[in-house]
Amino acid sequence: MTEAVRVGEVIEAATTGYAAQCYELYDLPPLGSLVRTRDGDIDLFGVVYQALTASFESGRRPIARGRDEASQEAVYAANPQLSKLLRSEFNVLVVGHRRNGVLRHYLPPAPARIHGFVYLCPANEVRDFSEEFGFLNILVGTPLPVASDEIIAAAVRQMSRAHEDSHGFLVEAGKELAGLLSHDFVQLKSILGRLE
Amino acid sequence: MSERLGIVTAASLEQGIEVRLDVPVSVEDMVVGRYVTITGQKRRFFGMITDVSLGVTDPRLAITPPDVADPFIAEVLTGTSTFGRLQIAPMLTIGGDDAELLSGPQPVKTIPGHFAPVSLASEADMELVFGKEDATRFNVGNPLDMETKLCLNLEEFVKRSNGIFGKSGTGKTFLTRILLIGMLQKSRAVNLIFDMHNEYGWAGTSEGGPAVKGLKQLFPASVAVFTLDAESSRRRKVATDFEVKIGYDEIAPEDIAILRSTLNLTDLAVEAAYQLRKALGKGWLRQVLELDEEGLEEHLKGATIHESSFQSLKRGLGIIGRLGFVTPHAPEDAVKRILDCLAAGTNVVLEFGRYQEISAYLLVANLLSRRIYGRYQQQTEAAVAAGDDNLKPRPLVITIEEAHKFLNPEVAGKTIFGTIAREMRKYNVSLLVIDQRPSGIDEEVMSQMGTKITCLLDNERDVDSVLAGVSNKTGLKAVLARLAPKQQALIFGHAVPMPVAFQPREYGSAESYRDFTAGASGAGERVEELWD
Repeated sequence: MTEAVRVGEVIEAATTGYAAQCYELYDLPPLGSLVRTRDGDIDLFGVVYQALTASFESGRRPIARGRDEASQEAVYAANPQLSKLLRSEFNVLVVGHRRNGVLRHYLPPAPARIHGFVYLCPANEVRDFSEEFGFLNILVGTPLPVASDEIIAAAVRQMSRAHEDSHGFLVEAGKELAGLLSHDFVQLKSILGRLE
Repeated sequence: MSERLGIVTAASLEQGIEVRLDVPVSVEDMVVGRYVTITGQKRRFFGMITDVSLGVTDPRLAITPPDVADPFIAEVLTGTSTFGRLQIAPMLTIGGDDAELLSGPQPVKTIPGHFAPVSLASEADMELVFGKEDATRFNVGNPLDMETKLCLNLEEFVKRSNGIFGKSGTGKTFLTRILLIGMLQKSRAVNLIFDMHNEYGWAGTSEGGPAVKGLKQLFPASVAVFTLDAESSRRRKVATDFEVKIGYDEIAPEDIAILRSTLNLTDLAVEAAYQLRKALGKGWLRQVLELDEEGLEEHLKGATIHESSFQSLKRGLGIIGRLGFVTPHAPEDAVKRILDCLAAGTNVVLEFGRYQEISAYLLVANLLSRRIYGRYQQQTEAAVAAGDDNLKPRPLVITIEEAHKFLNPEVAGKTIFGTIAREMRKYNVSLLVIDQRPSGIDEEVMSQMGTKITCLLDNERDVDSVLAGVSNKTGLKAVLARLAPKQQALIFGHAVPMPVAFQPREYGSAESYRDFTAGASGAGERVEELWD
């Protein structure tokens, strides 16, 4: 079993989701990946729906520095302070939790804790979590700053990689979505178009 | 458990049950007319597929169809956003509490709950509904697309008048032969068949094939062939038992009345027949045909018959008098011979030979049936008076063709067949009516028929008339309209628990004759010896 990789730490939390900061600049989990953090005896599972990299101080915007450099990497090499002045953050939508070993595809009783460690779920956890598709309902129903078609498709695509029969998984997820979006064929078509 | 098809999504006793098909079931495998069972919480329902349709969850799907060339999209959408639907007409319920289980399938009075599973009716289910071949049940064929035997309870069947309908060439005659054999073997009833086209007694025709055997060839011991035309029978090498002659004195004004339109008589001419009979007594017809005008005038003093009516009548009677089987004196009473045969349990086929005009058929069928019915009436009344059921005459089934000529609204009140059809079993006589224009038959008579079997009909009025008063008429209409033009029929009414479309069993091969005669003791072997 592969170890869960730690990808960040919670810096802002709400009932429906949280923001986490990476320890290394640009060391972000992929869009749509399943991540986990812990609050007491509850594991909170979430889907990464947005990431950003910006200046530590919101008043100070980075300035362009590469006029005399040959490559992008050379910019960072010539300005080692950059990795200390910039930060990478990602936002997570909570889609389920686990308590006493039981997985539930609905929101936990309390939001995540600040400074909670955030782990990228290894394949076996993704498989366990995505055995049922209850989480899709939260993804479909929550308004997000990013187009939800993108997030849903990214999450399902990411999860399908953990399954041996990834095509079968995509079909099953597609059917579940067809049920959830029975009233809105246009959105369904847009998501299905992004699944393969 | 047989193959599951889907689940009930909506239902109404009036409008039928709507079923959403499961994903692996292909809409194209679903055929109108097939049987399904629905497992409700307390009982099972038995129904028939009456419509198949496609559904979508979002109408936009139909407006901007997805790219079905992409197998992934097609796979996801099949059974979710797009799905197949069945419309089912509920027919029977099976089971429930113990009492209901014992009494067998019951007419449907309720509907299954939401999401009850639906599956194709298995052979065992069909057997439960239509029974097995036994002492009273006779296999008439297979329900469409099924191996199960459709068994008619013939004891029940002969208790009412029944009808066989269908366009010309759809297999009415074959179906009738099969049913006659069934009645001959499995019921106490005897048959009297007025065989207009010489098809039932001896070798009959089959369209585009060799001649097929008649009843007498298959069951020589229990069938007698009577003929009106001995010469024609001899030519066709038919072993006849009796040549029927009809004496002038046997023809009554009532017989003339039903010939009114075929002989083109006026109402007054028919009235004149009654007056002549009153004035001249039993020998009226003979006197009218044999005496000259002056001699008649002598006899008709006091009767007020108009000259033109008399001439019209005389012309009509002349036509009857010229029929070869009508003689001044019948050598032997045909009715008595027929009754003797019937009383002994022998079925009688009356061949018409070359007399295939409708007037001869109407005259003879009506005349003989009227007198036979009269005798049955007397015997039944005597049996009732004596309180002894054993004295009652054997149940009699009279088979008539071109029934709309006897039973049209104009004459149904006057012919004996109208009376038999309406009074039904009171005097142990019932009808088997064969016709291609059921819309021509009096509504009252149609409504009294117990079991109706219909082959393909495509005239709207005929279809309406056959299906009048049946529950779920629209559903059955869809089934009837989709019957094959040959060798398929729909049966509904008294003798079957629910309407069923079926394919009549084979008739015409050596094997089929063996199957038919297997039920009659030893007769089959004798027949094979004789004819193969």
